[in-house]
Amino acid sequence: MTGHALEVIGVSKSFGALQVSKNLSLSLERGARHAIIGPNGAGKTTFVHLVSGLLRPTKGTIRLDGHDVTAASPERRVAHGLVRTFQISSLFPKLTVAQHVGLALSARYGYDAKPWGELSDRTELMNEAAQILDSVGLLKHAATRVASMAYGLRRLIEVAIALALRPKVLLLDEPAAGLPSGDRAALLELLLRLPRDMAVLVIEHDMSLVFRFAERISVLVEGAILLEGTPADVRSDPRVRTVYLGTRAHG
Amino acid sequence: MKGTASGPAERSAVVREGFERHRFGWLDALPWLCVVLWFVLAPGYLPLGTQVIVMIIFTLSLDLALGYGGIETLGHAALFGLGAYGAGLYALHVSSEPISGLAAAALAGALAALLTGALILRTRGLTLVMLTLAVATLVAELASTWKSLTGGDDGLTGYQIAPLLGLFGFDLAGRTAYWYAAAALAVLFLVSRWLVNSPFGLTVRGIRDNPVRMRMMGVQVTRRLVMLYAISGAIAGVAGGLTAQVTKLVGLDVLGLGLSANVLIMLIIGGPGRLYGAFLGAAVFVILSDRAAAINPFHWLFALGLVLILVVRFAPSGLLGAAERAVAHALRRRA
Repeated sequence: MTGHALEVIGVSKSFGALQVSKNLSLSLERGARHAIIGPNGAGKTTFVHLVSGLLRPTKGTIRLDGHDVTAASPERRVAHGLVRTFQISSLFPKLTVAQHVGLALSARYGYDAKPWGELSDRTELMNEAAQILDSVGLLKHAATRVASMAYGLRRLIEVAIALALRPKVLLLDEPAAGLPSGDRAALLELLLRLPRDMAVLVIEHDMSLVFRFAERISVLVEGAILLEGTPADVRSDPRVRTVYLGTRAHG
Repeated sequence: MKGTASGPAERSAVVREGFERHRFGWLDALPWLCVVLWFVLAPGYLPLGTQVIVMIIFTLSLDLALGYGGIETLGHAALFGLGAYGAGLYALHVSSEPISGLAAAALAGALAALLTGALILRTRGLTLVMLTLAVATLVAELASTWKSLTGGDDGLTGYQIAPLLGLFGFDLAGRTAYWYAAAALAVLFLVSRWLVNSPFGLTVRGIRDNPVRMRMMGVQVTRRLVMLYAISGAIAGVAGGLTAQVTKLVGLDVLGLGLSANVLIMLIIGGPGRLYGAFLGAAVFVILSDRAAAINPFHWLFALGLVLILVVRFAPSGLLGAAERAVAHALRRRA
């Protein structure tokens, strides 16, 4: 069966009289590489919150791997395989890089309530942490406290945490926000190496990253999906040029 | 991007470096040396020493909840006080055996924390402070009204405590009480240390610093906090139980706001989130209160206020935090 990893069906969200999301529908196949683009204030962050469970939709249904999670807490959604990263790195300044991955792994292994022993005595967990940190290029920073790390490296910790949770659907909320261009290239390279069985939905401003990463793109404008298609479709659509890319964008 | 370290074993070793390893050092013997020295050098002050130890246990319980879990509470005395009444009532109605009495006190504190925690720990910050205060006020009012059970303003008295292990009677000089409390502290300190170094300990530190991120890792934040609060409640209950057994009196003040505030001050003076901060803070607070009150019975609170202001101004992470920084600084200069 090739079912959908994530299905968003007719989801709307209002804050009082203000409707910020209008009848959004989107589905991700397993292993999809999908991007959402849109101008500021288009409702991209609201969409991320709706899917990850920090906000509840006013209307509509959200399914993860076939399970209806519309009313589920964020924790339940993680259990169903949905993991998100944060636009502004949301980390633990006093902890080391290794401890960040350790926290995520211990949550996935079900050790997070274990009141005895030490994480560093768990060989299988340490091996996996090492493999993850190595894959994102953070192994040499394992013992560094996050408070003293450069911003670009912190973005990579977000990705490392996400990998440790082994998501079926990974939601990347502006992973390149605030990164210098050199770091963006490294990030793109990392994203392109993400496991192929993982569906990835990236919300991003950086067009070159989006067009090189995504196989499908949805354009969000004023809370509604204007169009969805392949990068080529989106690039050539005149409406997208006017509302988002601006008239100066040429192919 | 291939890693720098070659084999998986080397890579794991690099990752292990990123976790604090917890081994006992010589410095860990210092508090226990102080316990022994106090007994030898100040035999006339054993009741004061016992009081210090009991307050260390109580502050330790707050350090777990607040210092490690970020549970902001101004009602911790409720858990201490229920432990005290638990131990007192147990001695009065069930058995005068002290160790099972402490178990009863721990149970009282843990149950109270479990029941109230499930209701209030969904909140944080000022809301949580107000709710803990409200719970503590309710408990204190209940104890004050329910005179037939608690003795009300007169306090709960008239119970006896049997000799410890059937061998050591609680003497007037307070020698048994002193070692009894010290033994309880040793056990509870080891349990706390074990707990904060465990995966659960790392989880609650994560929750303290960034609860939303923890939820997004699939951690059931409220449940973990309730679990921590219950453990903290058990330890606070033991501290209350020790007081009840040693003084053979439980007054309403064990549930008072004053005690909740004092234990917070002890933790702030010592330094939260490091366990040993409880030792230093409680010792400084109790000994200073006692000495200052002896020197000037009218204005002794002034000395405490001054210490608190100085600590908050010049050592915001407590005396122990300041000491750690000083040592780190000295080591850097030598290196």
